[in-house]
Amino acid sequence: MTRLRHVTKPQWLRRGRLLHVIVACGVLVVVGTTALRAQVTFDRILRGDTDKQDWLTYSGSPTGQRHSPLTQITPDNVKNLELQWVFQVRSLEKFEATPLVVDGVMYTVQAPNDVIALDAATGRVFWVYPYIPSPLSRLCCGRVNRGLAILENTLYMATIDGHLLAIDAKTGGLVWNVTVSGARAEAGYSFTTAPLIVKDKVIIGTAGGEYGIRGFLAAFDAKTGREAWRFHTIAGPGEKGTETWAGESWKIGGGSIWVTGTYDRDLNLTYWGIGNPGPDWNGDVRAGDNLYSDSVVALDVDTGQLKWHFQFTPHDVYDYDSVQVPVLADISWQDSMRKVMLFANRNGLFYVLDRTTGQFLLGKPFTKVTWNSGLDDKGRPQNMVPLTEDGVLVYPGVQGATNWYSPSFSPRTGLFYVPTWVNTYSTFTKRPVEYKEGQRYTGALPAMPIRLLTPGPAINRRRPEEGSGAIQAIDPKTGVKKWEYAMSDVVDAGVLTTASDVVFSGGREGYVFALDARTGTMLWKANVGGPASNGPMTYAVGGRQYVAFAAGNAMFVYALKQ
Amino acid sequence: MPMRISVLTLVALTLAAPVWAQGHGYMPADIENGGLLYQANCTACHGPDGDGVPGINLGNGKFRRGTSDDEIAKIILGGVPGTAMPPNSFSESQAGTIVAYLRSLATSPAGGPTIPGDTRRGRTLFEGKGRCVSCHSVAGIGGRTGPSLTEIGSSRRAGDLQRALLDPSADIRSDSRQVRAVMRDGATITGRLLNQDTYTLQLMDSSGRLRLLDKATLKEITILKESPMPSYKDTLDAQELADVVAYLRSLRGRP
Repeated sequence: MTRLRHVTKPQWLRRGRLLHVIVACGVLVVVGTTALRAQVTFDRILRGDTDKQDWLTYSGSPTGQRHSPLTQITPDNVKNLELQWVFQVRSLEKFEATPLVVDGVMYTVQAPNDVIALDAATGRVFWVYPYIPSPLSRLCCGRVNRGLAILENTLYMATIDGHLLAIDAKTGGLVWNVTVSGARAEAGYSFTTAPLIVKDKVIIGTAGGEYGIRGFLAAFDAKTGREAWRFHTIAGPGEKGTETWAGESWKIGGGSIWVTGTYDRDLNLTYWGIGNPGPDWNGDVRAGDNLYSDSVVALDVDTGQLKWHFQFTPHDVYDYDSVQVPVLADISWQDSMRKVMLFANRNGLFYVLDRTTGQFLLGKPFTKVTWNSGLDDKGRPQNMVPLTEDGVLVYPGVQGATNWYSPSFSPRTGLFYVPTWVNTYSTFTKRPVEYKEGQRYTGALPAMPIRLLTPGPAINRRRPEEGSGAIQAIDPKTGVKKWEYAMSDVVDAGVLTTASDVVFSGGREGYVFALDARTGTMLWKANVGGPASNGPMTYAVGGRQYVAFAAGNAMFVYALKQ
Repeated sequence: MPMRISVLTLVALTLAAPVWAQGHGYMPADIENGGLLYQANCTACHGPDGDGVPGINLGNGKFRRGTSDDEIAKIILGGVPGTAMPPNSFSESQAGTIVAYLRSLATSPAGGPTIPGDTRRGRTLFEGKGRCVSCHSVAGIGGRTGPSLTEIGSSRRAGDLQRALLDPSADIRSDSRQVRAVMRDGATITGRLLNQDTYTLQLMDSSGRLRLLDKATLKEITILKESPMPSYKDTLDAQELADVVAYLRSLRGRP
């Protein structure tokens, strides 16, 4: 800005010759453009759906659609994709972060909490901001991080030891580091989600649902890190819903948040999926529906006030976190346009809700479901299967029919794309459980025939009846599956769609691939040698479209051959 | 005759094992996963029966420093300061499967021969009458269609070994599964299933060749539920069974 002011001084024009004026104007344009493009305004984030260059928030836009307007890569030419660069991380943790790309610079996180800036066209590293989290951190499922947020020139990262950091996107230097109130790492509070930027606020939620936390979502002033509001995901005394918790079970009731929510600018609401109640697999101590666990909540983004909620799995005893991305779409519903939310839940049902009111519109299984006998007209599950001390076999299994990995909605095809664990099951057994701070507060670990995700090579010797994976395309108007791309092994990767009708995803068996968004036909695949583990994203640099996947302990970036 | 009764009793106990596993929430695959981790990481000190460290017996379900699954998992992860028990880098879920395996040790029939076996006689039976070496190798000598047994004594308990000898199909570990692939021209390939994905199948065929088959060229893939290993229920008497088990227990990967 100093140079900008300097070159605009009037004496420059009075003293200089025409050439000087031309040079000065050139400098003005270059400097001015750089300064201007470096500003990631919230308005720019809001326009993510039409941004043909950058990827500015976790799901690409605040709608959560993970749909890109880029069209250079098409169903016809996607077979010509060529590996451009690979970024190998130092960490052996799972690589679950979705990167951001701003003006040719990619920002991502090396688990657990190192921030890295790379050249998005070549993968060369500009800088690394190292962060060593407290060894007292308690993580149920790996020391992972799912990404960053950016506003203006500042990156935001929430850490596994309860901090929120602001980092200069140019230099990699720390701007501020706040300890989030109450997020004690030793008690199981952690942050693994990518923050969501709405207006001038940074919104994050706490993980730790397996440690007897009391979950919350909190908004922070982006400039100062000062907390603006907080919403408790577990209703306490004086709050609506407190009657759904027996005794003082709300104090350690879980309700974690570990996947980024969404935002509707017209309604001024932000939507977040809430995790399981605790203890996970024994609900005896928490009689009641346990609000707002396993729910989606709609909050006024300025105040954090609850506008509505919808609970998918009341009094959950299966660990069916509802943290999936609440995808916002405007679709024709019974002959008129309607603002809806599309939600493929870990509990095996696909839901359509009215996102203005929370009204239940549709709920249908998208894989084998045995934990209930159906939904009533309000969407409440009926005849839920209780756990016993002898164990009960339930579909879907403890990892769910889908999980944290992102779905996608294409406004072009009108279809909703869901990474799915097909016909997987677990045996759930009720065992006594006692709360001790910092220890798992879960009950008996359910058993399943499928191993949890690890970054190494996947070995699959299962029989077909022991479960498999798929990318499914669902028509939101009916809940009917339009097509399915079946995989031998399960899937831990998100789905990306593009305006050229290409679906990108990957599977545990080590392929990343492209499908035809209208038919599910396999168009391209590459064996990258490790389980695909994040949500694919796409961006452009210099007019060239790139697609990035994380798999194993590396990120693989492709573009069309030149 | 008394020996025959003993063998039949053990068969009954073997058949009961999976029922227990499901009844208490740990499915066989869960226990198996934990068992593989245990065998790879813990047996060097604790031994396959969990009694390798003096004063500690993980195999009887009694733990000095914890009772709940979570407490035991925490010890597995964090170690015991001031002792030889180190912290480990398992995920908590992995630690949970190890707990499941240890629980199964305590409740599944420890079994094993009730009479002492002779290692030398067992080796003779293994290489002779039993014809075990036609499929299994020890120290690189023998067949390859079955798993190598060079280190089997480090990872499997006497009861496990005896059950496998008597009823090989009762509990086929996933690393011992056999697969039959039928080509479009009707040709059949049978072998040990090594891995698979959506497009390919990896196996070791009956000649010991590592093969990758394109699923598009196959018209049928079947993972077999019967083990190709014969039962030794009628082939070996109780003493011979004890001898073979003793020999297998002596195989610890060292000359």
